[in-house]
Amino acid sequence: MNLKELVERLDLKIHTGEKDLARSIGGGYASDLLSDVIAHGRKDDLWVTLQVHPNIVAVSVLKDLAAVLLVNGREPSAETVERAEKERIPILGSPLSAFECVGRLYGLGIQGH
Amino acid sequence: MALRRFRADLHIHSCLSPCGELAMSPRRIVKQALAEGLDIIALCDHNTAENAAAAIRAAAGTGLAVLPGMELTSEEEVHILGLFESMENLLRVQEEVFRKLPEVASKKKFIEDQVIVNEDDEVMGFSPHCLLAATQLDVYEIVELVHRHGGLAIASHIDREAFGLISQLGFIPPDLELDALEVSPRVTISGARAAGEAWAHLPLVRFSDAHRPEEIGKTTTGFLLASPLFGEIRLALKGMEGRGILES
Repeated sequence: MNLKELVERLDLKIHTGEKDLARSIGGGYASDLLSDVIAHGRKDDLWVTLQVHPNIVAVSVLKDLAAVLLVNGREPSAETVERAEKERIPILGSPLSAFECVGRLYGLGIQGH
Repeated sequence: MALRRFRADLHIHSCLSPCGELAMSPRRIVKQALAEGLDIIALCDHNTAENAAAAIRAAAGTGLAVLPGMELTSEEEVHILGLFESMENLLRVQEEVFRKLPEVASKKKFIEDQVIVNEDDEVMGFSPHCLLAATQLDVYEIVELVHRHGGLAIASHIDREAFGLISQLGFIPPDLELDALEVSPRVTISGARAAGEAWAHLPLVRFSDAHRPEEIGKTTTGFLLASPLFGEIRLALKGMEGRGILES
């Protein structure tokens, strides 16, 4: 499944990266500890987190993640959006909790490793 | 010895920190600090001190005191400032920190965001370490490491919602032997003091956490000291021998 399809299926908000939604989602990883994502995130993962700090972009670039999904209706900071646009990392959002988001993602066939 | 007020900004990042602007060379930082009328600064890059000596050399003879420092990341992703009396002590801490950073295959563009610069603004190289990552040391081990090398351990920006002691651990562990707590430029010391009984036992300081030149010296703490030395700051944090923090 690609990001665009996911956005439609789960009615996600697109914080940034509207032009880069053709990318395929390889799997998923949920964590709020950035170092944990550095250690365990994989290329093409969709990262589910409540972290909105600009460093989420740096971690996504480092691990070549497909996109970030912010939960609980969290809004990325202006600096996060600016960096995400520069690095072309899509940031999506959902008003649902991480638990709910991961459940729905799994239901759509997006799995962990 | 007569005591007077010294203005200090002890939390400044250089271009070596992945998030620090390239303009933040040691020489530029010193120049900006002098222009802001600061007396004491500390260069505290994330998990590295490879630009600290250059900042000290850049400030030689200018009247600006530069303390050796580092901002360490604990495994819980809590940022803690370590300030030291000498580069020797700081470099011993750096050795341990490098051993405790994970090996991450970094892309070239990542490494090139971690620039080692000398006091003459010449690029000396790039840090190969993943400075963005967390060390495999918990907050207690970080504080112990800093203290073992004679340093002061100050929890960074405790009011922020990322990388602060409270954001990561929920509260300040009462048995964590910190020397002070730093609040971010967003809040005042008196506001932070009023907001929490939990940290009534610890001194509060406020620094810029500058990542770009124009932020340097915009948030400072005044210290009542005899001279701009590390030992004097230690006395001020302990409130000993007439030294202290000026909350204004």
